[in-house]
Order: sequence, then C-alpha cells, then structure tokens
Amino acid sequence: MSKTIQEINEKIKKGHAVVVTAEEMIDIVEQKGAAKAAQEVDVVTTGTFGPMCSSGIYLNLGHTKPRIKIGGGTCYLNDVPAYCGFAAVDVYLGCTQTPDYDPRNTNHPGDFKYGGGHVIEELVAGKDIKLVATAYGTDCYPRKKLETWLNIKDVNEAVLFNPRNAYQNYNVAVNLSEKIIYTYMGTLRANLGNANYCSAGQLSPLLNDPLYKTIGIGTKIFLGGGIGYVAWNGTQHNPGIKRKENGTPIAPAGTLALIGDLKQMKPQWLVGSSFQGYGATLTVGVGIPIPILNEEMARYTGVKDSEIFAPIVDYGTNYPNVIPGNLGEVSYAQLRSGKITVQGKEVHTGSLSSYSKAREIAETLKDWIKKNEFQLTQPVTNIPGPDSGTTFKLLKERPISEN
Amino acid sequence: MISKKSVFKFPHTLVDKPVMSHLVKEYGLDINILKASITPNEEGLMVLGLTGKKEEYAKAIKYLQGIGVKVEPFKHDIVRDEKRCTHCGACVVICPADSLVVDEQTKKINFVESKCIACELCLPVCPPRAMRAHY
Repeated sequence: MSKTIQEINEKIKKGHAVVVTAEEMIDIVEQKGAAKAAQEVDVVTTGTFGPMCSSGIYLNLGHTKPRIKIGGGTCYLNDVPAYCGFAAVDVYLGCTQTPDYDPRNTNHPGDFKYGGGHVIEELVAGKDIKLVATAYGTDCYPRKKLETWLNIKDVNEAVLFNPRNAYQNYNVAVNLSEKIIYTYMGTLRANLGNANYCSAGQLSPLLNDPLYKTIGIGTKIFLGGGIGYVAWNGTQHNPGIKRKENGTPIAPAGTLALIGDLKQMKPQWLVGSSFQGYGATLTVGVGIPIPILNEEMARYTGVKDSEIFAPIVDYGTNYPNVIPGNLGEVSYAQLRSGKITVQGKEVHTGSLSSYSKAREIAETLKDWIKKNEFQLTQPVTNIPGPDSGTTFKLLKERPISEN
Repeated sequence: MISKKSVFKFPHTLVDKPVMSHLVKEYGLDINILKASITPNEEGLMVLGLTGKKEEYAKAIKYLQGIGVKVEPFKHDIVRDEKRCTHCGACVVICPADSLVVDEQTKKINFVESKCIACELCLPVCPPRAMRAHY
C-alpha cells in the first residue's frame, strides 16, 4: 500500500493527517512494524539546529536618490564587509565574514565575537544595521558614498540563501596531538581530551531520508523559523559514501542548498555564533517533513541513534593534512551517553548541535502541518543519489609558472 | 592563618610599581593570582587569593589601601544568558566541575550554579557566548 503527496495534502487540509516527529516514529515502527506504521502515519517531521558556515543572505537595498552603484564598490553592514559584485544595490553577506579590524588569529586563539552571522541575527531581530558603501560613480549612478541605518522592513528583498546546510552525518572530532587545538568542531584538548560531534542523529533530516527518496529540489521546509525550500543539492554533496543496511552513511555524505524569505524568519532560529580560534558563523534551524509514502519510508524514518554511526577523526594531524582513515566508528547513542572509548581511553563527548532545539523544530513543524498552515510539496526533481556518480574531490593544484 | 580572596583595583599611577613582591617580602603572604587585567594608563584589576598570618594580612591590606589600591570582597558569579543559550552542549565537555550537565529528559543543558567554581572555561567555548562572568 502506498500514498501520494497529494493524498497526504488532502488529509492535511481536512485536519485528518497523522503527523509525528522522527523521535516519536521510532517507537511506532518498533511496536507496530514498518508496514502498519506506513498505513497509520502520513508525515514524519525532522529537525536540526547547528552551526552551518555556508550560510548567508542577499539583500536588495533599494535605490538611493541620486543613484549609487554599489556593484563593483564596497559595502559594510555593521562594519562587516558584504560582497558587492552584483548589480547596483544587490549585496550578499556571508556568515563567516569578520570586520576588517578584527584581529582574527593574530592573537591566537582569536575571539571572533562578531561576524556576518551576528549581523544576520540582528537584522532578523529587526535591529537597525549600519550601512556604509562606496562606489566609483558613473553617469547613470553618480553617487560615490552612502552611510545610513538600514532596517529589514525597508529593504526590497532579504533572502537567506545557504549553499550548504543540513549535513547528512558528520565526523566525531578528537585531538591526538600534544597541544590544545581550536577548530570548527570546538576546542579539542590534547591527547584525546574530549570528543565533539555535531548532528541531530535520529532527528536529522537527511538521516531520516537517507537515499533522498522524498527530499529533493523544491521541497518546502522549516528554515530559520519561517518557510524555506530546498534549492539544490548542497556543495560538497557526497552521496556515494558507504552506507549501513538501513541506508545511513557512515561518514559525512549528502548536503542541501536552502533558500527562504528572511523577512518571515526569527532570530531564535538564526543565531550568530563564535568558535574561538576558528571564526564566526551562524547556527541555523532546519526542519524537513518526510511524507510516509510507503513502508520503505516508514522504515527509514524509524531509524534510531543506536543504528547511526559516525567516524572518529583526529583533527590534530590527520584532518588538516588530509590523511585518510579514522579511529573507528561510534553510534549516536554512544555519543549521547556522554562518553566513548577511543584507542582504549575513555573520552567525554560534547555536542555542537542542539538536540533539544532540533526536537523543538520537529514539534513546531508538526504543529504547522496539523493546523494546515503548512502543506507538503512534490520535489521538482531529485538531488543526486548514491548511484549518481557525484563525488567530493580535493582541489587538483597545478603550479602557475613564474614566466 | 588567614586565606581570603579579594578584588584589588589599582589606580593607573601604580600599574608600573612592584606591589605584589612587597606583599611577599614584607608580610610573608602567599599570593594566588586568579585574574589579572592591567593595561598602562588604565586602572588595573586583580583577583587574588592571599594566605598568611592574620596580623600580617591586616598590615598588608592597610599598606595596599595606603598606596591607593581599592580592596573589595570577591563576589564572582558566572551567569548564563538564558535567551542566548541554544542548549547545544559545547560547554558540558569542558566544564571540570559538573556544573553544566545534560538533562536526560529534556536534553537541555542544566546550569547547576552551586557547583560552579568560576573557572571561566565555558565562556570562550560557548558558540552564542551565553556564559558571562560578573564581578
């Protein structure tokens, strides 16, 4: 027996749809089996809330009088440089950008207490942002300097457009070296001092649809507290990674590029974040509904932390030098227990992704669907799957000769 | 014997004077520097744990006050900005006092203030910078 997305949407409209979170689905599948679960459940909601560095916004500021061509010029939002290589008043701000005066890692480890991610959070919160722009001036755009306060309600478009979010699984980071290191996986103390991980595991979107059967281009989602869409596969999308029998990859694999109207998002789901010694970023809330079209989807969404495995990777030497291999694999159930064993040593674990917030996102999305405030979409097309041949390559460097 | 933690505020005129060594030499005190931030032309701030004979300790405090150092009781609190905390758990693995722990039911991070030793290790590892030190 199978269902279509249209049939599920009809049920949502009538208020009859059965919607559960990916956490609740575990027990349902365990108790009733996947076939029965597929008959009973229409939608499973997922969620994740973690730092996602490939995130940013584009704005159309609105034209000034007289006109200015910021395109090709410079633009700062609260002192953080935005990219201006577009038309006159379109700018893009990435979440890892820092002010020019930030000492960064000159005094290692740097603080990175303010960057693009923090500007995005403040903009979404409705705070005024200081805009300073310069231009070279043209006959049609004569103005050369602009300094003004900017509010999200006054710009024409404010769009969150993230080239890579919602990683399907991730490394567990440890440090085998003899000195403390400061990474995007947090502070890692020397000699296996701690192990940090970053995934919502059993609640994570792509771990509940491991082969991308329902999540594709055009899928409507929860993004930053508002509505967004899957725009494309994310950068570094790597679907060919080895998988367990349940379809979940044993290392970082699929990714998604996400887009949505920033004006309807909320600052609590787009949080400016700092990683000491590494940089500024944005913690993003993402939730994706999974239609339970058949028994197979019920089985996938019934996946639990004890059945999802992540590789333990040394960030002291191996990761920075791209030395292949890992120190073994652990399940998310082991990671959430607070300690794991690496090379015979007991190591405490720390999470960078908020499980309680992932749960809150899945609950919020469930609520929206139950109230018929959110309906499911049929993807326009799929993102590349495990057999697509899509891979993630290193840069092949070719020296540029002096003459 | 007495052992006491206090906050010492130095006027900028004293910043380049060897005050600490005086406490050791003249009054035989043991000094444990818990925090120090001293910059030229500005007021300096130190949190010190001083240990020594009761009468010598009293003389030392009198000496410090005499040269213009303000001595205040040490009240050090780590506070969590509940609005900023995302309950990720980055602090849990760093906290040496089991003051930051995962609640098994809610999966939120509980801050048990009574166990906090004010080491400040959680401050820089918190991605949204929700942990703050108050003096």
